[in-house]
Amino acid sequence: MNETPNTTPSEPELTLAEARAQLAKARGRNYWRSLEQLASSGRFHAMMEREMPKQAIAVSEWDPIDRRDFIRLMGASLALAGLTACTKQHEEKIVPYVTAPEEIIPGKPLFYATAFSHGGYGYGVLAESHMGRPTKVEGNPDHPASLGAADAFVQASILQLYDPDRSQAHLKLGRSATWNEFARDIEAALSPLSNGAGFHILSETVTSPTLAAQIRAILEKYPQARWHRYSPVNQDNALEGAKLAFGSPVSVRYAFDKAAVVLSLDADFLSHGPGHMRYARDFMARHTPELGKKMSRLYSVESSPNLTGAQADHKLSVRASQVEHIARALARGLGLNVALGDTTGHDEWISAVLRDLKRSRGEAIVIAGDNQPAIVHALAHAMNDALDNHGKTVELIEAVEADPVNHSASIKELSTAMAAGSVKVLLMLGANPVYNAPADCNFTDALAKVPLAIHHGLYFDETAKVSHWHLAATHYLEEWGDVRAFDGTATIVQPLIEPLYGGRSAYEVLSTVLGRSSRKGLEIVQEYWKEASNAGDAFDSQWRHWLRDGVIPSTAGGVQKAVAKSGFGSGAPAPLSSEFEFIFQPDYGVWDGNYANNGWLQEMPRPLTQVVWDNVLLLSPQTAAARGIKSGDVVKLAVGSREVEAPAYVQPGHPDNAATVYLGGGRTAAGRTGDGTGFNAYAVRTSEQPWIAFGTLSSTTSSVDVVTTQEHHSLDGRHLYRIATLEDFIKDPKWVQAYDEFGQDPTSIYPGFDYSKGNQWGMVINLNACIGCNACVVACQAENNIPVVGKDQVRRGREMHWIRVDRYFGGDPANPSTALQPVTCMHCENAPCESVCPVAATTHSADGINQMVYNRCVGTRYCSNNCPYKVRRFNFYKFADHTTPSLKLQRNPDVTVRSRGVMEKCTYCIQRISVARIAAKKQGRLVNVKQDGLQTACQQACPTRAIVFGDINNPEDDIAKLRASPLSYGMLIELNTRPRTTYMARIRNPNPELEGSSSAPQQGEPV
Amino acid sequence: MSASAPEKTMGYVEIPEVLDLHHTYDTATDKINDVILKKKTPVPIAVAMGICFLLVGLLFTTITKLVSTGIGIWGNNQPVAWAFDIINFVWWIGIGHAGTLISAILFLFRQEWRTSINRFAEAMTIFAVMCAGMYPVLHVGRPWLAYWLFPYVNVMQMWPQFRSPLMWDVFAVSTYFTISLLFWYTGLIPDLASLRDRAKTRVSRFITGVLSMGWRGSARHWQRYDIIYLLLAGLSTPLVVSVHSIVSLDFAVAQLPGWHTSIFPPYFVAGAIYSGFAMVLTLAIPVRSYFGFKDFITQRHLDAMSKVMLATGLIVMYGYAMEAFIALVYSGNPNEAFMMKNRMFGPYAWSYWMLITCNGVIPQLLWFKRVRLHTPTLWVITVVINIGMWLERFVIIVTSLHRDFLPSSWGMYAPTKWDIFMFIGTIGFFGFMMCLFLRFIPMFAGFELRELLHKKKSPPH
Repeated sequence: MNETPNTTPSEPELTLAEARAQLAKARGRNYWRSLEQLASSGRFHAMMEREMPKQAIAVSEWDPIDRRDFIRLMGASLALAGLTACTKQHEEKIVPYVTAPEEIIPGKPLFYATAFSHGGYGYGVLAESHMGRPTKVEGNPDHPASLGAADAFVQASILQLYDPDRSQAHLKLGRSATWNEFARDIEAALSPLSNGAGFHILSETVTSPTLAAQIRAILEKYPQARWHRYSPVNQDNALEGAKLAFGSPVSVRYAFDKAAVVLSLDADFLSHGPGHMRYARDFMARHTPELGKKMSRLYSVESSPNLTGAQADHKLSVRASQVEHIARALARGLGLNVALGDTTGHDEWISAVLRDLKRSRGEAIVIAGDNQPAIVHALAHAMNDALDNHGKTVELIEAVEADPVNHSASIKELSTAMAAGSVKVLLMLGANPVYNAPADCNFTDALAKVPLAIHHGLYFDETAKVSHWHLAATHYLEEWGDVRAFDGTATIVQPLIEPLYGGRSAYEVLSTVLGRSSRKGLEIVQEYWKEASNAGDAFDSQWRHWLRDGVIPSTAGGVQKAVAKSGFGSGAPAPLSSEFEFIFQPDYGVWDGNYANNGWLQEMPRPLTQVVWDNVLLLSPQTAAARGIKSGDVVKLAVGSREVEAPAYVQPGHPDNAATVYLGGGRTAAGRTGDGTGFNAYAVRTSEQPWIAFGTLSSTTSSVDVVTTQEHHSLDGRHLYRIATLEDFIKDPKWVQAYDEFGQDPTSIYPGFDYSKGNQWGMVINLNACIGCNACVVACQAENNIPVVGKDQVRRGREMHWIRVDRYFGGDPANPSTALQPVTCMHCENAPCESVCPVAATTHSADGINQMVYNRCVGTRYCSNNCPYKVRRFNFYKFADHTTPSLKLQRNPDVTVRSRGVMEKCTYCIQRISVARIAAKKQGRLVNVKQDGLQTACQQACPTRAIVFGDINNPEDDIAKLRASPLSYGMLIELNTRPRTTYMARIRNPNPELEGSSSAPQQGEPV
Repeated sequence: MSASAPEKTMGYVEIPEVLDLHHTYDTATDKINDVILKKKTPVPIAVAMGICFLLVGLLFTTITKLVSTGIGIWGNNQPVAWAFDIINFVWWIGIGHAGTLISAILFLFRQEWRTSINRFAEAMTIFAVMCAGMYPVLHVGRPWLAYWLFPYVNVMQMWPQFRSPLMWDVFAVSTYFTISLLFWYTGLIPDLASLRDRAKTRVSRFITGVLSMGWRGSARHWQRYDIIYLLLAGLSTPLVVSVHSIVSLDFAVAQLPGWHTSIFPPYFVAGAIYSGFAMVLTLAIPVRSYFGFKDFITQRHLDAMSKVMLATGLIVMYGYAMEAFIALVYSGNPNEAFMMKNRMFGPYAWSYWMLITCNGVIPQLLWFKRVRLHTPTLWVITVVINIGMWLERFVIIVTSLHRDFLPSSWGMYAPTKWDIFMFIGTIGFFGFMMCLFLRFIPMFAGFELRELLHKKKSPPH
């Protein structure tokens, strides 16, 4: 990259400064002329290529007319001496959602429906655009996978768009190159291949109908070409399980809102998997004590602590390899003919679950986790069949993934072919196999034998570095495309902004491979859908509807009728191994490593562990103690002959003699944020044992800082988090308030304020619904311009999140109950922070909001000391990045970017309230949250609707009803703070037959 | 005026007079003024000044770094948003208290032993308050806006927020500093005049001439002087109580367990006097022996100050006991009880037990006259008390903040090198100012000593 482009010796290199100096001399007409002269000189081209590869490519590709435009634009940018990309919105028509002003109104954002894809599956989103600049992503209420929610990955995707470390040019052998050059190169490389023999395409999971059609077209044109798929976190087991049970690779769609009993076999369906947001919503809708409805019950067999287990009414913590044995016992109990394994010690649990399942025929769900072997999936299908759940709570649909294959086998096949030298051209779309391919594939070595390796991706990553070509990809907010959701529903992906760095989409890459390099993404996608929809002339209007709604109607996968076969489990399972077990799991923050350069996700406390910035290896307290390992100690894990060192972290509730190994760390070419965080677990992950591996764990003498945002795990007997069983709640509906033994003494030396008039804002957080996924944390960060502070500052206790999810453990450390409690500013009516601020920088508004006046704050931090909830955050340094141009584009223009030395905290998204208030005031009325669509960012993102914001003075408002509920309580009300944020206590629905056998907390006993 | 000499013999040890009566007016005046006018800067003072000057350099380096990058260079965090900054602020303010107490209250009570030490103690007060004053200004996130804490007419039409104890601090500390400075300067005027009269060089004559404001020692001057001095003493007296009471309200008004307690004002005042007397002794003992001022600061002074320390130390100990009693037993508040248990047995238990040892146990040695009169031991005890009083503020601030209501927010605090640099930098600044004082300003109130000499030598009326 640093090589100097060829210039003739007579012409010395032109520097940027010289170019500017030349221009500075010219004025008016002369100015334009000198630009023209400058632009036509060879030295200028060399300079452009050196300084601004992106624009340089544009220059050479343009015809003479565009060249004039170019000169005009460059004149402006060079003269202003700021050569940052100034990107305008697409000229192609995209259609705004719901509110559609004729023109962009400055200050008024527009929302466009599009879809974010994670692991290949789509999540419908509404992207907020301020004057052509996307600033935030929300869930699309009309999209089945989202229903308006947006998890942490969706929220953080906006930061990825503006990541300054994204690849900024197409590179050939490390030097910037043009798209035409690529088109020539690929054509030249493919033409000598007979029927495409030796042409291999590697992609991640593909659900996009257009992309699949393009690849099929390539395979038709080059019949000998091969298409491989590899996502490190894939659904191989589910696929094989479906094949085992039904003989065909069907997908499954669950209806958790109809399920009275759910049994999870190591499935973290609330936070992992393509449908997790929808499932969380559906599940929590039923797992709540509501009059006249039967509250559902969740049994979770889990091998590593996960969010689904944290919600379970009964949790069984076993090693991952034992889950199959338990599944077999359950299946046998339901009358299936399977061989039994070893379930010593768990038989009582199993029989109680069986009785409960049998009582709920047609109203139950058995779901297996993606890390469980195919047999467990097949058993789950068979159990659902035996319980008559099919067609009721469980539906089989045609596979959502295009032409599903086994990813592990597919990558293995590819690397074998590469090693054999039979791969002549390898096109890698979005994949990063050099980093994440199974260790036994020796992918990097095999790649060296490929004469032409082409990598297409958002980053110049590990794979790009060793490929011949790197093509800069577009972000989903920059491209046209389509993607299908967990249930098959397709969404058109529409761009909100021109590619910031001149990237090209995968559709355009494939079109180039097909010899049509000039086609744009829009054309490609429209062409597919014109054909697929058969709409003829009505297509244009249909297309606009699809764009507006963010879903293409009737594209959900068709329901399949299939009956589970039998006989697949008749062979005896492998006996329980006494070897140390490693359980691989995607990281809650960086997932498979793909999001490693995303500061928001890196700094998001991982649910349950609260660890930031690193992936860790989890051990149970017993195992750790037996081996003399403490959190932060570096341990060596060895699987076969492969080994890697990882920081250990002790996690209550983890099964013994096993470790959870989170993927996603140890990146070397992720970017400035992601490099050097965590460890690379792929070094010991093989294609044979991608999820559960046996090996040895040994301690080393070194240790590292594993940084968490919460150091204390126990509630210490305080009644901050309140929980009871359904039975006890029915017996004594007033149990929640019984904890408020000190009451609330309204005596104050200061006069009170009349809060009975106007809008009075409040928030209710329903602990019964919260699954602790941290979507709210990242949503708040995106909405409120909250800076990322880095691992070292978090270690010093200076994280800046305005909302956090506190996590406590209770009961037996071997099988603890988990309490998850989101905490925001309580907006106390008697706010302790306000009376101690010497400069009145934090005050109360008439509508009940505890306000923070940044430009009045001098930073005494007294408010923070006096805040009993410790929700205030201080800018110990200038944490906000005021310099990186692309990051400035992401910021919410309605929220101040705080500088050094001021305090900040949750504002109830006051900027959103203001918008609603102004609109309402114009009509001379009060704000009505439903009518005005007013939601806080955390509320909007929450998949389970655990956060409700509203006007406590309005009896019609949801919040008023929730606050009147017997479950409602305020935290620390005995301090007379009169918090506006209140909680709804959690209700568990344990099976009376089992209560006592697990560590579930009893009534009155805080966890 | 009481001229009766107090009981001179107490058991087997002879307690000397408050003044060596062999002195005449001239010898006393010369002895005091010679330090300034005749002698060259003594080597130890020069060395001490050099070291202190380096520390002042460190202080300014730290301040530069602090203002240019942010208080993130310190160890403060969430939840421990106040730490060394406020610990040191309170510690320095506390030290200052002895000066005012000696000058004002002991003056009003006509304690003649105060005469030899009041100048010295007042100087210490002023320098300590200067050190203290740096912290509230520099510890804020945006120190360039710290003046917003003052009520002044401004275009923002904003007043400070008068409910905040920090606001009260601004008034308390600035009043305190102003009155202390005035009081000190007023007391200096007659001595500056006598310096002027004995000055050998034009420069020193000029400087002392300007500073002594035309003092001629006429009867009218003396009459006005006495009135103003009495008035200032009267004004200062409530300040002895008010300043540290108000500083304690920074904590008592907050609702944090460990801070929110009504016993703080008296307990803080006693602690302040305790630490102030300890600091006076820490400084006076070496100065007295080095400059040969044992005839002015006699064993009697040391004895009297030790007794004050013992008394205030017992009050402070009583405070600790009551604090524990209220938290653990009387209040019935689980948060309070947890706080006290955490102090005693939590991660910072070492600081609590060291505090009890330094402030409660070791000073009990002062019950013994032999200890009080054994200068090296006494000096060590005063240093221990200074450490103990620093730990007291550490315990109150850090152990209360680090674990409060929500266990999820609990954290730990550790100072960084910059915290320590700033602290020893202020100690250096204090030492540097003290050295300047010893070198350039009469360290005893010469005229008051002469007056005392007169009283002691004349027969009682």
